[in-house]
Amino acid sequence: MIARIWKTTSGIIFLALLILGWQYVSDSKIVSPVYLPSPSKAFSALTTEVMQGDLSMRILRTLEHMTFGWLLASLLGIGIGTLIGISRQAREFLGPTLEFFRPLPASALFPVAIAIFGLSENMVYAVIAFGAVWPTLLATVGAYEQLSVRLLEVRQLLRMSTLDFIRKIALPFASPEILAGMRLSLTVALILSVTGEILSSSEGLGHWIMLQARSFRSDTLFAGVMLFGVIGYLSSKVLTLVERRVLKWKLKSR
Amino acid sequence: MAMDEATSTKIVAGSTERLPLLRRINLKGLIFPLVVIVGLEFLIIATGFQRDSVARPSEIALRLLGAMADGSIFLLTSETLAAAIGGVLIGSAIGLTLGVMFGAFPPSFSALELTTEVIRPIPSVSLIPVALLVLGFGYTMEVSLIAKSTIWPVMILTHAAISGLHPRHREVTALLQLNFFSRITKVVLPSIMPSVFVGFRLSMGVALLVAITIEIVVNPRGLGHAMMVAEETLNGDLMFALLVWIGIIGVVINWGLLWLQRKLFPRSPSAGADA
Repeated sequence: MIARIWKTTSGIIFLALLILGWQYVSDSKIVSPVYLPSPSKAFSALTTEVMQGDLSMRILRTLEHMTFGWLLASLLGIGIGTLIGISRQAREFLGPTLEFFRPLPASALFPVAIAIFGLSENMVYAVIAFGAVWPTLLATVGAYEQLSVRLLEVRQLLRMSTLDFIRKIALPFASPEILAGMRLSLTVALILSVTGEILSSSEGLGHWIMLQARSFRSDTLFAGVMLFGVIGYLSSKVLTLVERRVLKWKLKSR
Repeated sequence: MAMDEATSTKIVAGSTERLPLLRRINLKGLIFPLVVIVGLEFLIIATGFQRDSVARPSEIALRLLGAMADGSIFLLTSETLAAAIGGVLIGSAIGLTLGVMFGAFPPSFSALELTTEVIRPIPSVSLIPVALLVLGFGYTMEVSLIAKSTIWPVMILTHAAISGLHPRHREVTALLQLNFFSRITKVVLPSIMPSVFVGFRLSMGVALLVAITIEIVVNPRGLGHAMMVAEETLNGDLMFALLVWIGIIGVVINWGLLWLQRKLFPRSPSAGADA
């Protein structure tokens, strides 16, 4: 009984205590409020900034960067991954090159993209597409490598064309791993959107929080960081819902 | 929930493990990059393409060799790697502590789960302005941001590994009447080490990414900053040379840790998958 109450309530209680402690620390000025605004101040800054309209535009811009960049990277990843995964030849020729790019920290591409595209939207999208493509791409290739001999025999037996085989057997088979890869790609896409916005001074949230820090407005700065937390959390939750829906057949068959 | 994430982390970790190392570096694999490099070289020469931001592969290679000869690239590398390794060690230590605590004492997990769920999705990049405001430029700021972003893989995998320990382990510790401390050090830690190491390996990749990002965005040190300066001063050859070098570092670290994983834990299923 006690264990059950603890399980449901302790998380909220701990978080509440933490926020209260934070409020106390900044109210009593143990840490200067220049660095650490009280949670109440940060929260009221959040509501007023969102109400004023300017911030919600910026949130939309950041979501736009993240979502479109991620979709671009996912489509590229699944497409190229399928090409490589389905053909043994392509795997042998391209595998080592992919191996070189995978551990490359994606943000190292920013200077190169800035040199090529300038400080533009295209620059941000190019880096997201290139940087967030790897988790999905490698998950796709990895999943195809596990296609069982039995499925290949089914293909021969039914005389399926390559396209039909990909559409009806290979892609559904690979979908759990592809989605796991896409989840990681989404995290990368958010990180790269923020970085790109800071670097290109575009209208998104990334540039906005940098401005808050430069003008020492810690309450609005913390409000912005909270917003990023919310964006990161919600986008991952949405993906979990999609994953459940798409993989329903798999969960049932277990 | 934690188990869910651990499996997806494992899936991703697994898909990187399945790609074998040296076996793949065969002649066929070298043809594609060679064709691209030589092709680019001749394309640039043939078209007479001239821009300060673009350089021929041969110029890039020469520049890289030059930077290695005068040692400047190693100095930059040591700055980046010092921050990355310092951060990953702190982050993993915190992650291991939390993971062991969650696993060995489940009520602590119910108490802290919500808080970690609130903190974890905040992208480290968005904390750059905060760190800048509080800590200013320098190592402290870079290391603490890297530490924040490398807590989670070790924490999640450690927790999952302890929760998944065979009940026989518990029976043995009960039979031997071990106390809490020796139960952790003698039974739990040795059996979860392979999982912890997988988490550490993933974290090292994250650490390098965060380090380079911070250096590109604000921190005036290390390889990332040098790349940004090369771009701004129109030294295309140096910029690409640094990019190639950063790629090499990523590959070498990944290889080294995979090799170490196989040496240290040859019997664990995830480590020996393609040995």
